[in-house]
Amino acid sequence: MTEARHYALFLGCVMPNRFPNIEKSLRVVLSKIGINLVDLEGASCCPAPGVVRSFDEPTWLALASRNLALAENMGMDIVTGCNGCYGTFKEALHVVHEHPERLKAVKKTLKDVGIKYKANVDAKHIVELLYEIGPSGIQKFVTRPLEGLRIGVHYGCHLLKPSKLRPWKHTERQTFLDELVEATGAESVSYQDKYLCCGAGGGLRSSSADVSTDIAREKLDHLLDAKVDAILNVCSFCHLQYEVSQVQLNKELGENKYQIPVLYYTQLLGLAMEIDPVELGLDKHMISTKPVLEKLGL
Amino acid sequence: MTDSITRETIGSDDIDPDFVNVLVKAGADRIRTCIQCGTCSSVCPSGRRTAFRTRELIRKALLGLREEVLSSPDLWLCVTCHTCLERCPRQIKITDAIIIMRNMAVQEGFMLPQHRKVSQKLLETGHAVPIDEKNMEMRKELGIGEIPPTVHSSEDALDQVKKIMEITGFKKLIETEREEKE
Repeated sequence: MTEARHYALFLGCVMPNRFPNIEKSLRVVLSKIGINLVDLEGASCCPAPGVVRSFDEPTWLALASRNLALAENMGMDIVTGCNGCYGTFKEALHVVHEHPERLKAVKKTLKDVGIKYKANVDAKHIVELLYEIGPSGIQKFVTRPLEGLRIGVHYGCHLLKPSKLRPWKHTERQTFLDELVEATGAESVSYQDKYLCCGAGGGLRSSSADVSTDIAREKLDHLLDAKVDAILNVCSFCHLQYEVSQVQLNKELGENKYQIPVLYYTQLLGLAMEIDPVELGLDKHMISTKPVLEKLGL
Repeated sequence: MTDSITRETIGSDDIDPDFVNVLVKAGADRIRTCIQCGTCSSVCPSGRRTAFRTRELIRKALLGLREEVLSSPDLWLCVTCHTCLERCPRQIKITDAIIIMRNMAVQEGFMLPQHRKVSQKLLETGHAVPIDEKNMEMRKELGIGEIPPTVHSSEDALDQVKKIMEITGFKKLIETEREEKE
């Protein structure tokens, strides 16, 4: 077990700067289940794999390595709650481990700004830490099982792929997040295209908002068909996509068709641990989470 | 000629025979083994709703149609979901190939204005999505500190990040292109 282990918490951009409410839930809940997080002070953008890596890969690698180096020099592995940041760190480590000449170049760049780096650090997603505790371990913290709550689980892409560079046992049709959801007593409902992208990545959200929102719309329609009470995610960018897209789609339609509450995993778990919804930032969503709270009798 | 059929001919001037070599060298190995099966196009979330066809992009790259590929807005419709890469029966790292081609496109000045804006924010603040007033307020209400403990809280850290972007040439890449366009 890893009770005594500490992790360097990497926030990224979207979580602290657009959805601090999910950051709050992450901090509150993880501290109560024995995952010790220490702020990775002075961290920058990861930088985003779909944009910065697409523009100038060496810049992406250098900045990603700086963030990794900050954690390494704290003697801790880096942990993030965003799939995009997770993808960046996993891939950046892979590049320098596979190509010694790239590591040498990165080391030189970092040395020029006074940072030592050995690439002797690992990157984890908070879901990995939760799954290490395991569904039965998580269940022990549940004091109010969320019975009757229908959840549509959205894994996102970079948490799972490329599968060769990820720690999960399977390459397709994962279940680990569904297991963690069901540990709270809620039901993970199956729906069409569950493993499909949210549409935010690759720079699409900024450059082709119409295409990006339409990908989200397709998923939202499937989630409406499945009559879920909430969409559950573990990525701040997927979270943004579902919150923002529903508001946009409703505006275009002139009616409030899309009103599915968007929950981050630590918010769901927090509810099952009887933590005050306000402490979990549930009163600060773009799409109201009231229907979820009402269903739970809160 | 009596028939009215127009035939598109690829001129040898349009072909850069070295283009594929560059892609392979940059990490898109196995790209030459593409059998044009179309699995990539069939699993593409962007391809479901646009005319973007991953298979076509790869074919054009293999033909060496460098200019056509790099100048095409289609190159920027990939969401980098990696589904094509996972499903490719030839195990071609398609997403990697697209990222390599995007890097080449940016080098040649093909960058979308919205992407330049994101890059500017990164250059100025160290965050692609920096904090704003509304979220500072929300942070305060949540009791987690008005400013996050990132580069936003440390000038030294921001200086390091800015210096790295100067060393790698990112600052020049983004700002020079802007001047050219204006």
